[in-house]
Amino acid sequence: MVPFAGYEMPVSYPSGIIREHQHTREHAGLFDVSHMGQILIEGDHCAEILETILPSDLISLPLRKLRYSLLLNEQGGILDDLIVLRTDPDRFILVVNAGCKHQDLQHLKTTLGNQLNISMVPGNSLLALQGPESASVMQSLGQQVSDMGFMQNRDMNLADIACNVSRSGYTGEDGFEISVEDRLADPLAEILLADERVMWAGLGARDSLRMEAGLNLYGQEMNDSLTPLDAGVFWAISKSRRPDGRQPGGFVGSEAIFDALSRPQEKKLVGLVPGGRVPLRGGVELLDQADNPIGHVTSGGYSPSLSHPICLAIIDSRHSAIGNTIYASVRNRQIPTTVSTLPFVKHRYHRVPDNLKK
Amino acid sequence: MKTRYTEEHEWITQNDDVFTIGITDYAQEQLGDIVFVQLPEIDSEINKDEELSCIESVKAAGEVQSPISGIVLEVNNDLDGEPELINDSAEDLGWLCKIKCTDHSEFNSLMDAHQYQAFLRQLS
Repeated sequence: MVPFAGYEMPVSYPSGIIREHQHTREHAGLFDVSHMGQILIEGDHCAEILETILPSDLISLPLRKLRYSLLLNEQGGILDDLIVLRTDPDRFILVVNAGCKHQDLQHLKTTLGNQLNISMVPGNSLLALQGPESASVMQSLGQQVSDMGFMQNRDMNLADIACNVSRSGYTGEDGFEISVEDRLADPLAEILLADERVMWAGLGARDSLRMEAGLNLYGQEMNDSLTPLDAGVFWAISKSRRPDGRQPGGFVGSEAIFDALSRPQEKKLVGLVPGGRVPLRGGVELLDQADNPIGHVTSGGYSPSLSHPICLAIIDSRHSAIGNTIYASVRNRQIPTTVSTLPFVKHRYHRVPDNLKK
Repeated sequence: MKTRYTEEHEWITQNDDVFTIGITDYAQEQLGDIVFVQLPEIDSEINKDEELSCIESVKAAGEVQSPISGIVLEVNNDLDGEPELINDSAEDLGWLCKIKCTDHSEFNSLMDAHQYQAFLRQLS
């Protein structure tokens, strides 16, 4: 167990990070992500008002649909990354990082509190079932989910337990994030684990899975002095909210980000594959051929799926071409490291077959 | 052959002037899945408490400090291709290196198996 954002969390269960990771890629892993914050926001014109702080197109967001979004400061720096879910026309839930949730709530209340009701959703646990067999596990609990696309949300009973389920996750695999009353979380976990396709997985596997999937972690690839451009998440800004969109800007940080867009990009998030077997960890400095510092590793470790080390790094964009060699210095050894395409492992999210689309 | 242990969870087995060093089963369990082991250079001279090896697991990097002073005679090259040998067999096939040392006083001052077991019980 390790302390994590004020919670005691398992890095791994007895089977170990590599087995938990591989089991999630091949079958289904179960993650307790109850530490994440769920913030409820409601009130008249909720979508319009939320659009003043989130760079997403929320007015046209369909009900029960999720979107990845960002909380930004005036300088365009990232305060948090989050999932926004529309439950009703004037009611949204933001799922935010554990380490940021109290300050996010404060920030939202300060900026929007006089127009909207904003509160932390109490008493709910969140279980993430992730992996290619998670849909069939849901099916064996009596739920037909083949017509539920990735980033969709639904209320459903799982073995008679009332749940709110999103088809989403942070592993690159198909999967479900299940919100359930705290007192029913244990029984639900027991039911899921009774299926031999399901295995507990901890923070360690969660980290190696998201790294392989090229997904950022707040505090590593993102912080309040990095913009969405630096951190490779400009895609989280909806097309309609970009300078050439039908409703450009108008969110906190938009001016700074649009200004940055008009200049050559200085920093870039890249994937790296170190030569050899030494894992490069977050914080390791990266150098060009002439030993000039050009950035650092933001997350790094061993990839159980690829059986070699991988990293995410933010570097001087002049060195960011795919295939370029840069250097890392570890314990006085120079390790040549190749810039490579992201994600390291292809995403396998569920798309609803055409014949099931409504 | 005598085996001794350190508070940093290394084991050292003596065979005349040759000492085989590894990490204990407790240490490998704490580290989790091991993915890379950096070994010292053969013939290098090493002092007590100097870094002897670095063991990288999926979780973290663990430094192994030399429990004795001496000359590195041999390293376990099997760990290059199979670092997980330490997880599977920390106190046997997962040995790290052999050190030649003529002064046995550093070795003799370390814990024996009973003392190490007592030390472990006190940790939990």
